[in-house]
Amino acid sequence: MSSIDLVVTAEDEQPAPVRRSTTGGRGSRGPHSRGARARITRVLLYALLFLFALWYLTPIYVLLVTSMKGSSDITPDKMWMLPTSINLGSFASAWAKLSPNFINSLVLAVPAAILSSMVGSLNGYVLAKWKFRGADTVFTLILFGMFIPYQAILIPLTQIMSNIGLYGSLQGLMLVHIIYGIPITTLIFRNYYAAIPTELLEAAKVDGAGFIRVYRSILLPLSASGFVVVLIWQFNSVWNDFLFAVTLIPNQANWPVTVALNNLSGSMITDWNVQMAGALIAALPTLLIFIILGRYFVRGLLAGSLKG
Amino acid sequence: MRISRDRVISLLVIAPSILAVAVFVYGLIFWTGYISTVKWDTLRPDYTPVGLANYQSIFANNRFLMDIRNTVVFTIFFIAASLAIGLLLANLIDRRIRGEGIFRSIIVFPMAVSFIVTGVVWRWILSPGQDAAHPQGVNQLFGLDPTSNRWLTDAHVVYIQPDSPVYGVLHDIGLGFITSPNIGVPIALLSIVLAAVWQMSGFVMILYLAGLRAIPEELKEAARVDGATEWRIFRHVVFPLLTPITLSAMIILGHISLKIYDLTVAMSGSGPGFATDTPALFMWQTTFRDGEFGRGAAVAIVMLVIVAFVVVPYLVWNRRQEVEA
Repeated sequence: MSSIDLVVTAEDEQPAPVRRSTTGGRGSRGPHSRGARARITRVLLYALLFLFALWYLTPIYVLLVTSMKGSSDITPDKMWMLPTSINLGSFASAWAKLSPNFINSLVLAVPAAILSSMVGSLNGYVLAKWKFRGADTVFTLILFGMFIPYQAILIPLTQIMSNIGLYGSLQGLMLVHIIYGIPITTLIFRNYYAAIPTELLEAAKVDGAGFIRVYRSILLPLSASGFVVVLIWQFNSVWNDFLFAVTLIPNQANWPVTVALNNLSGSMITDWNVQMAGALIAALPTLLIFIILGRYFVRGLLAGSLKG
Repeated sequence: MRISRDRVISLLVIAPSILAVAVFVYGLIFWTGYISTVKWDTLRPDYTPVGLANYQSIFANNRFLMDIRNTVVFTIFFIAASLAIGLLLANLIDRRIRGEGIFRSIIVFPMAVSFIVTGVVWRWILSPGQDAAHPQGVNQLFGLDPTSNRWLTDAHVVYIQPDSPVYGVLHDIGLGFITSPNIGVPIALLSIVLAAVWQMSGFVMILYLAGLRAIPEELKEAARVDGATEWRIFRHVVFPLLTPITLSAMIILGHISLKIYDLTVAMSGSGPGFATDTPALFMWQTTFRDGEFGRGAAVAIVMLVIVAFVVVPYLVWNRRQEVEA
């Protein structure tokens, strides 16, 4: 099966109406026992799902409940209890500590995501529709860059960054994210454009359109959802990155929010309610994007993991 | 003429990216490889060649050996649990349930959160409490005794004891080394696995769900007509068709677990007796905290080689699939 099938089926929000319509035709047991068994299976199914849902939601519960507690409420033995009174003071203290870093993350992740997706789109266009000799080998070699442990490039990267004066700066970190984002953005766009019929392009070429005209007048107008997928993917990975930031940014003033949060929660003097409020603040942008644009997020997950 | 001009433009468009990857991925890997063979053990670069001394040094370091043990244990538990939970949930979701969208979102949302946030929250949930009278977190929730359930702070390593029947057998067949305390399962590490599975199992679920929905209903229907039970259909029809997905998921999860860094930093650092230490953490501290760049580079290269062993065959396999398609 190809990934294109997978992506398309994953997009299908509605289950196909014909599915399981023939269930009534199977088995030789009486209708009564079959109904009872099916009902028990159904109850078990939902019970399991609810159990897992509880597990996935536990951290969210803890985050919300703890962050809304006042300092008298945050003794560890009351961890699972609801706050006796809603106290949003912890958000104020967390925001006071994290807001510069939160803004750093925004200033970093938004342009990085936009530039990354532009680069990925152009690369994908070339690798899908203007294949040169050896293009597939080059593509595989580029893809490898997505899997490497970044530790294997981190030492010379810090050397280069300090040599060109970008060590410690957000611009430098942004450049690094764009460069190491090339494999994944190229992959997603290449597969995206591969699904667009080449005949469409050939017709335009016969009419005299060149490389740029074909891109601008045919591919780009069809690229909207590809761009949304890649923008979300890159925004997420830049926003959530820790390794590059903690290595390349020594100065607290330029830390993105992940590094600042880790520092905040690592210090013993910070109250738990403030830590949880900080974690919630740091997670908010990507969580909001997930809630609003979840299906594009899921498409990115699929596109980023299956090739061919 | 126009065709060739477009060809030139297309190459000019992709050239900067190819160059960037060539320099920043492959070039820097070679440079790291070079650094791993020089002395550089203070903040000031020192390119005196030392051959493989840095590699000998890290493999003689007990911490690094424990890191490798931890990586193996983490990878096995993390992949097994993520695949099992992901596959189970995908099958549950695929049964035309009510509120599918909500369940799916609840299962997948942890993917949108950073490992740092996940780590900070789970560390709080897994904090065991002072003593039997003061359980907290999960211990309080399930009525467990904090003195015996230490979670992230548990220094125990479970390994094969001399009085176990397996011990003698392993020694008899020449696999006695497996009974070494250095090859056990550090309990604290399982708490990190718990948080990692919480974060990544939704991703596996999404992969499997997409795979399940790509399987034509007629295939299963044909098996049903032949009288196969639902379990047998899953075992002999559905699961084999999901093999490419299982493989992809294993590679993706595997390379994540080999590189895992943020999560352990946020949850426990090296842990008691390096119980939750990882090669990534060792590399970072050796290099950027202790200034031993040569040794850090050697750790990095070992990590790269392990990842390459997993990923390169996968990329080649993938390309072959593509050529066949």
